[in-house]
Amino acid sequence: MCENCQKSDLSLLDGVFRDMEKNQDNLITVLQKAQEIYGYLPTDVLYEIAENTGNSPAKVMGVATFYTQFRLKKVGKYLILLCKGTACHVNGADGIEKAICEELKISDGNTTDDGLFSLKTVACLGCCSLSPVMMINEETYGSLTPSKTVEILREIKAREEK
Amino acid sequence: MRIIIGEGSCGIAAGASKVHNAFSEALRGTDIDIGITGCIGMCFLEPIVDIYDGKMLLKRLVRIKESDAAVIAEAVKNNDIQALSRFEISDEDSVFLKKQKRIALRRCGLIDPESISSYTDDGGYRALKKVLGSMSPEEVIEEIKLSGLAGRGGAGFPTWFKWNAARKSEGKEKYLICNADEGDPGAFMDRAVIESDPHTLIEGMLIGAYAIGAAHAFVYVRAEYPLAILRLQKAIDEATKNGFLGDNILGTDFSCHLKIKAGAGAFVCGEETALIESLEGKRGMPRLKPPFPAEKGYEDKPSNINNVETFANVSWIIENGGEAFSAMGTENSKGTKVFALTGKIKRGGLVEIPMGLTLREVIFDIGGGIRDDKEFKAVQLGGPSGGCIPKELLDTVIDYKALSATGAIMGSGGMVVMDEDTCMVNMARFFLDFTTKESCGKCVHCRIGTKRMFEILTRITEGEGKEGDIELLTELCEGIRSGALCGLGQTAPNPVLTTIKYFRNEYEAHINEKRCPAGECAALRAYVIDADKCKGCTLCSKKCPVNAISGKLKEAHIIDTEKCIKCGQCKEVCRFGAVEIR
Repeated sequence: MCENCQKSDLSLLDGVFRDMEKNQDNLITVLQKAQEIYGYLPTDVLYEIAENTGNSPAKVMGVATFYTQFRLKKVGKYLILLCKGTACHVNGADGIEKAICEELKISDGNTTDDGLFSLKTVACLGCCSLSPVMMINEETYGSLTPSKTVEILREIKAREEK
Repeated sequence: MRIIIGEGSCGIAAGASKVHNAFSEALRGTDIDIGITGCIGMCFLEPIVDIYDGKMLLKRLVRIKESDAAVIAEAVKNNDIQALSRFEISDEDSVFLKKQKRIALRRCGLIDPESISSYTDDGGYRALKKVLGSMSPEEVIEEIKLSGLAGRGGAGFPTWFKWNAARKSEGKEKYLICNADEGDPGAFMDRAVIESDPHTLIEGMLIGAYAIGAAHAFVYVRAEYPLAILRLQKAIDEATKNGFLGDNILGTDFSCHLKIKAGAGAFVCGEETALIESLEGKRGMPRLKPPFPAEKGYEDKPSNINNVETFANVSWIIENGGEAFSAMGTENSKGTKVFALTGKIKRGGLVEIPMGLTLREVIFDIGGGIRDDKEFKAVQLGGPSGGCIPKELLDTVIDYKALSATGAIMGSGGMVVMDEDTCMVNMARFFLDFTTKESCGKCVHCRIGTKRMFEILTRITEGEGKEGDIELLTELCEGIRSGALCGLGQTAPNPVLTTIKYFRNEYEAHINEKRCPAGECAALRAYVIDADKCKGCTLCSKKCPVNAISGKLKEAHIIDTEKCIKCGQCKEVCRFGAVEIR
């Protein structure tokens, strides 16, 4: 089905398809579970899902690209979710984004060359009283300033270099 | 004594879990319980720790750090809670709760969201028992009609009318859906309710399902709310185990099954027909109406969709009567409304107030006014579908009609306060950036119209505004408003229209004078050093990445505006406040 794309271990999807039949899961749920397994949605996985859910590859691709939750590229070890909701905007989220981009030399949606960090801006993390806010993996960092943000990133880098 | 820690998402973000662990450590081997609760709404004071004796709240301790736990634990062990005064909430901050009237949030921050007995001990599921034991579906709808409850998701459509339409719609299989796809940036009312009191939502939904005759129900939750999903699933499992959910509920012939569907991140899915498409596993693109969901909704079956806050009011109305609810509020807006009060506000958090209070009362009396004693400029209601209300209209009452008359909307509850440093043109640009990205692409007016507006607004904020831009924007607004298919598109022009209406002078300053009055738009900014304040410490000139700052030690410095790249680092490092934006 997918001649030129990478080879993922498709057997990991067996459980997802079994659950799908049992719970009548829809395509979105199947994609969510697949992303949980692989960390993102590789192209051969999308083809496999199309075949097993009775959808055309175009429809699967359509859904996967419509929703912001789905990623088609591998993400770094640390995923930075930078909130750009209204409260964060008012409290200076643009400056935080600039600081992250300059420090890591990446732009929104991309990953650093060493595979350590990915940056993704999101509409609202819902911690508005701590704005501006970012989340790195599971940890939330609030009341950010550009210099505080850079400090946090450098700390993670230093920890990783050890 | 018991120690209860507020562990909603914002509490946890502020460090509540770490505080919890520190207490577990400090109280090991004692008989003092540590429990959790949801969000009391005072996000600005998190992490919050309450000390209870039985059911009585003895002390509310605020902004507690990990390192405070040992001292507090020691005082509690010795029964010496007077020693805790220095951690206690101040009288000034206590005002935050006093002007509120909590109905949808009545148990938030008080009960344990992860325990069904905590809910039933507080009278939970009593309304469901009353409904199934003594009321017909028509009587339930009648009671909701009497209450005047209207959709809290933003549109304000009478809830009873939707229920009645779904009840009367033909077809055996019907669906009840809860819209918890809270996508409005700057709003977190629904998240707080689900995280803090999930059974209230389930009970409200069950009463709704009984009224319309639905045996299946869904809660469509944003995937960005993992804790809400976790707690709701736990609540569903416990309710099922206790006979409140599933087949033959409480021994009657009423059955209802409830499932969570996690959204995947698309603002447009807050629109009810787009939400249904998404529930079916498709791209979330709105359908043409009619047919309305009450006739043809999920899988083309009659469906009814309400917002979380709407459902959270239902069990209270059944228990206290529709009249008690409609006694609160104004002539055309009954009951209470929850708002997420954020932005440049002193006391930010979640507030529930009776309809009819003024914006001034909410922002200044409850919220404590503007942070750092700055000047209030505007308040934004309704997110990307709403508008900005200026200072002159602060005495507008909170009521569907009165707010719509300003050009803004009640909305789902986002209330973002802005001060003198917020540029209103950039604010409009911010929302258009959002709607451009979130437009599903189905209809031309929204897909291309919002994009063109965004481009014009970007140009203006970058100092490239042209004469006629304001008129062009207004024309585009009218076109999109009348031509777009769904609510997202039709309301997308609101942030632009209201800022033009109330802050036209700021647009004109950007376009004609190439000046941003708030000093926010970087391209129009000029950094200067106030020679009187500058002590000549040289810190700024060392920090400047392009060597644009010159001056000798202990003498006033100067910024070369030609070289300056407006990065603002000099302003950030200056300890004397000498760097100003002009």
